Parts: sequence; C-alpha cells; structure tokens
Amino acid sequence: MSATHVPHPDLPPPSSTIGALGWLRRNLFSSPLNVALTVLAVYLLAISLPPMLRWALFDATWSGDSREACTANSGACWIFIKVHFGQFMYGFYPEAQRWRVDAVVLLLIIGAAPLFISSVSNPLKVRLGLGLLLLYPLLAFMLLHGGLFGLTPVDTRQWGGLLLTLVIAGVGMTAALPLGVLLALGRRSKMPAIQTLCVTFIEFWRGVPLITVLFMSSVMLPLFLPTGMNFDKLLRALIGVTLFQAAYMAEVVRGGLQAIPKGQVEAAAALGLGYWKTMALIVLPQALKLVIPGIVNTFIALFKDTSLVLIIGLFDLMNIVHSATTNPAWLGFSTEGYVFAAAVYWLFCFSMSHYSQSLEKRLHTGHKR
Amino acid sequence: MADRAEQQITLPAKPPFWNDPKTRAIAFQVIALVLTVGFGLYIFDNTQTNLRRLGIASGFDFLGSPSGFDIIQTLIPYSASSSYGQVFWVALLNTLLVALLGVILATLLGFVIGVARLSKNWLIAKLALLYIEIFRNIPLLLQIFFWYFAVLRAMPAPRQSLSLGDAIFLNIRGLYLPAPEFKTGFGWVLAALAVALGLIFAIARWARRRQMATGQPFPMLATALALLLGLPLLAFVLAGAPLHWQLPELRGFNFQGGWVVIPEMASLLLALTVYTAAFIAEIVRAGIQAVSHGQTEASFSLGLNTGLTLRLIILPQALRVIIPPLTNQYLNLTKNSSLAAAIGYPDLVATFAGTTLNQTGQAIECIAITMAVYLSISLLISLLMNIYNRRMALVER
Repeated sequence: MSATHVPHPDLPPPSSTIGALGWLRRNLFSSPLNVALTVLAVYLLAISLPPMLRWALFDATWSGDSREACTANSGACWIFIKVHFGQFMYGFYPEAQRWRVDAVVLLLIIGAAPLFISSVSNPLKVRLGLGLLLLYPLLAFMLLHGGLFGLTPVDTRQWGGLLLTLVIAGVGMTAALPLGVLLALGRRSKMPAIQTLCVTFIEFWRGVPLITVLFMSSVMLPLFLPTGMNFDKLLRALIGVTLFQAAYMAEVVRGGLQAIPKGQVEAAAALGLGYWKTMALIVLPQALKLVIPGIVNTFIALFKDTSLVLIIGLFDLMNIVHSATTNPAWLGFSTEGYVFAAAVYWLFCFSMSHYSQSLEKRLHTGHKR
Repeated sequence: MADRAEQQITLPAKPPFWNDPKTRAIAFQVIALVLTVGFGLYIFDNTQTNLRRLGIASGFDFLGSPSGFDIIQTLIPYSASSSYGQVFWVALLNTLLVALLGVILATLLGFVIGVARLSKNWLIAKLALLYIEIFRNIPLLLQIFFWYFAVLRAMPAPRQSLSLGDAIFLNIRGLYLPAPEFKTGFGWVLAALAVALGLIFAIARWARRRQMATGQPFPMLATALALLLGLPLLAFVLAGAPLHWQLPELRGFNFQGGWVVIPEMASLLLALTVYTAAFIAEIVRAGIQAVSHGQTEASFSLGLNTGLTLRLIILPQALRVIIPPLTNQYLNLTKNSSLAAAIGYPDLVATFAGTTLNQTGQAIECIAITMAVYLSISLLISLLMNIYNRRMALVER
C-alpha cells in the first residue's frame, strides 16, 4: 500500500501584504526613509490644508450681493466674483448684446460636437471640420462685431474678459498651425533661399520674448504702415501672437517631419506624386500625428500667453480681473480674483492636455514602442 | 531580329521648361526673395515717411543724454543724471540677476520635485504630481500678480514686520536680510579657499591615476568636503573671525542696513522659480525614466554599489536626455523674466523698452536693442547647446 501524496492547500498570503494594510505598507511605510517622508508630508498637509479649506469654503461668504455681506466672515468673499462675473466673462460687451456671445459659443459647441462622436464617419468629419474652419470664424466675427443684418456694431475695444481670451487663443491657434506647417516645410526645403528665409524667421521669433513682440506690434507697427492706415489694437495683438506662436509651432512640426523615414517620400515619388501631394497625403498626416503632444503643448502655451496682452492694454480675463481688484469699491479681494482667474485658466489648460493624451492613445497605430 | 531593329525608339518628349524641377526651384526662390525684399523696402519707406512726419530723429545719439529718472534697484552706480546708455546697463544687469537666481532656484526645486514624482512613496509622488499639474497650467503673469498684489503688497507696514529671529524681516517694503561685512583679514579665508580648491584638484588627479594603475579607490568626496570646509574655517578662526553680520534695524519708519530684496524682485523670482520648476520636474522625471532598468541591473551585476551606479551609469545617460530641454527651460525663464514690466521690476523691458522709450520716443531703436539682447542670449545658448549635443550624442557603430 503506498500512500498518495496529498499536497497541503496553499496558505493564504500574510494579511499584512494584502488589502488596505498591505497597500499602506507597500506605498507609505516601506522603509525608514519612506516613513519619515510620509510623516513629513502628512504634517505639511495638516498645517496647510485646514486653513486653506476654511478660507475657501467653510468661512467663505457665498450669498449676498454687496461688499458689506462679507464683513461678517473671515474667509473668502466669493460675492466679489459673483458681482463681477458678467464682466469677467464678457468684458465691456453691452449687456443687451451679450446673447450674441452666447450664440457664438453655442454655435461652436453644436458645430464641433459631431467631431467628437465616434459614430460619425471619418470623411464626413473631415468635411465638417474644414467647413467649420472656414465658415465659423466669419460667422463668429459677424455676430460678435455686428454692423450687418441690423446687429448693433460692437467695437473690439468693448470685447473683454474670457471672451477676448478665447478670441485671441482661437485665432492664434487656427492661424499659427497652418503657418507653422508651412514654415516647417520651408525649413526642410532643399531650396537654399527659402530655407534661409524660414530659418531666419523662426529663430528670430523664438529668440525674443513675447512681451517685446507685443510692444513692437503696439508701438512699431503703426510706423510700418502707410500714413492714414491703422490697425485695430486687437488685430495688432493677434498678428504678434500668431507670428510668435507660428515659429514655435514650426519647430514642433519639424520634429515630426524629421521622424518620418525617407522611404515614405521615395515611395510617394515612385507612385508619381508631386511635392504637395506627397506632403499632404503621405508625410504630414504621419508627422502631425507624431507631434500631437507638442502641438497641444504649444496651444497650452499660447492660451497662457494670451494673458500678456494686458501689457498693451487689452482687457482679457487676466486684465479685467486685475482691474476689478483695484476697483476702489472692492479693494482687498485680490486673492479671490486671482484664484478665480487661475481656476479658469487651469481648467482650460488641464482639459486640453488631457484631451491630447486621449487623442494620442486613440490615434496611435501600433508603431509606438 | 530584323523587325525589332526597325522599331523606332522614341524618347519621351522633354517636359516643357515650366515643369522642370530645377527651373521651378530657381523661379520659386527668386519670387520669394523679390517678395521679401520688396516687403522690407515698403516697410522701410513707410517708416521713413512716418518718422519724418512725426519729426523723430532716428539714430542712437539719445544713449548719451541724461535720463532724469531713478531706478529702484541698481547693481552699478547710477543716478538720475546718468545717461540712457547707463540705464541700459543697469536694466540688463537687473534682468541677468533675476534670470541667474531664477535658474539656480528653479533647478534645485525642479530636481527635488522631479525625483519626488518618481518616489515609491505614494503620498509624496501624488503631492509632486499635484504641484506640477497646478503650477504649469496657470499663466506665469497671473502667478507674478498673485505673489505681488495678493501676497507681498498685503504684507504689514515696517513697524509690524514679520520677523525671523530678529535678523530677517518681511514687510510691504520688501525682505530685509542681514548683510555680511568683511573686515581686514578676510582675504586669508579666500586664500585658504583657493588653496583648498587647488589641493582637491591635485588629489583628484593623483587618485584617478592611482585607481587606473592599481584599481584602489580613494574616498575623494569626503576628502574634498573636509578640505573645502576645513581649510577656510581654520583660516577664519586664525584671522580672528573677520566677518560681521550687519542686521537690518528699524529706524523711524523704515529699516536701515542689511540687504533688501524689493517686493518686485521677490515676487518675480518666486513666480519664475515655482513656474519653471514644474516644467523642470517633468524633464527630470522623463530623463530618469528614459534610462532602462536593465542598466541598473547590469551595473549591480558588475559589482558597483548604489552610489557608483547612480553616478557612473544612470546620471550620465539621464543627463543626455535632460540637458537639452533643461537649457530650453533656462532660456524660457530668461525670456519670461521680461514679464517684470507688468509689476515694475526695473528689468530691460520695463526700464529700457518702457520708460526710456516713452521719454525719448525712439521706439525703433529701443525695441531693436532690447530684442537684440534677448536674441543674442538665445543664439549664444543654442550655440553652446549644439556644441554640447555634438559631444554628448550617442556614437553608434
């Protein structure tokens, strides 16, 4: 009679390595150094978080519509934001006409929504996107500026707040990308004259700070134009911002162009495609896909840089918040104002960067290592 | 065979000259050049007309005339009767000062946060991530304004200053620090420092040669630290402690003595450091992650310890990835320091492209000089960067 060996059933893992306890041991208390770091971090959070929360939430004033309502509480006075909210969003846009701004935003959302729905076919998306790119700016300008179809004209000097920030960022993005692509192609061109021109242009704009570019567009541009001709202040800022960002965009796109193997161009030539067809159908689609993170980073940088138009006296979100904090009737609420503005900027930049990450994941076709 | 020879070989017709790539290339370039030069001439002509109409004399003669305004922070002697040329140097030095300090502080903070981001400690890693995501997504100008208007301008008056050990004071006028006063005999300390540096250099050479010959390592770091601290300290004690700290003192309505960091400088430096450090942290993280784990394992299997692995294997490879974007951030920081104009820190843009331009009306000259300065800094740094890149680039097969 031989006994069959019956293995003892596996022991469960030690209780200290699984569940919440295991997680804590692994992630917070794995070594003496980590214990010290955790204690330090918890201590820092314990002294900094409660006062911040008390200021922003528990001791803050939320209801009321005058400055006096805030005197009772020691925390933030969010009434300051509530009272100025319209101004922060629309600037000095006449209150009776603000529906036009809303309409412009709504139109963009309706127009762009199909681009984000996966059941819409790709060729339709391309056609819709191109149509949007060409028609929407015209429509938006007509609605915002007025003067046609019985709409009261609203001068660009009255545009402000988040509206102006979005206008500058939107125009800058849509103009800088194609310009940047052209500059990048020019920089990679085999024609020495074109290459030199593009390199000079790119290196010049990349070498100077945006603030000097804006200074230049506000004090020097009028000198460059023939007598009697003058540009709107907003247009001058737009030109400066676009040229500046196009140079950065060109360098990003160049990175993508350099990453495309030569065989792609040679194969396109063997198929009988000319330069523009090779670029538009073969090289650029691959190159642009590669540099999506870079492009979005440039967009984010552009969005943040729009705050610099404050220097030349345009009332974008940053400037309008700043001037509201210096309003004699509402002195002493600069922290609330800046925190609000920071939250708005942060929301836009953060969602852009997250969208780019998801786009990168969706478009990646398995070539990534 | 015969009928094949009879076949006429017809060469394809030569393409018309406008389809010849070479002709086209020349034509495109000529067109581009003509357009550029024409545009340039057009602008030049317009500018000439406008300047004549406005009665502005162009040229750089204004640099010699007295400026007539004061500057709140000057690193070189300057008064209101100094020339605009001196304004330029004062402003340039102020820009370089804030850029240099910003680069040093942002690098330190950025490396700490970048390493913290990779920490095995969950809480530390998340806090670092939170820091990065918050500060790089908020415009720098907003951060400068926040530190300046909401924090430093809200500081108490000099009499109610916040103080740290009666030596450092913070109030609405700025940050007051004790200033060192060097007495006679401090030269000995400096001399000792120089001797220590020379000795370290010599010992390092000897130690390296010995290691090459015999394989015996030498505790270089400990020796270097001991020399670097010990010798000057010895000289300091022997020379009778020739250093005295001058503390800032409240006299009347303001503090006297000591060093003062004006609030404009403090807020600009703070914002530049905090903002750029968020970007540097991401660069450091990417650089460290770019070195594959196999390198560490291979190094361990060769018998190198953790410190040596880090110094000889990981860091050289990580730095190759880190340094180019890092220089880019330094360049960005230098260019971003021009935002000083918004809060009135007397840098190049605020004082030279701002005040000087407004007083003299020499728009083109002022902006051209300002842009030329930033452009030369950029080009210089990218030149150095290219040289470095060529030296560090991977040499493959």
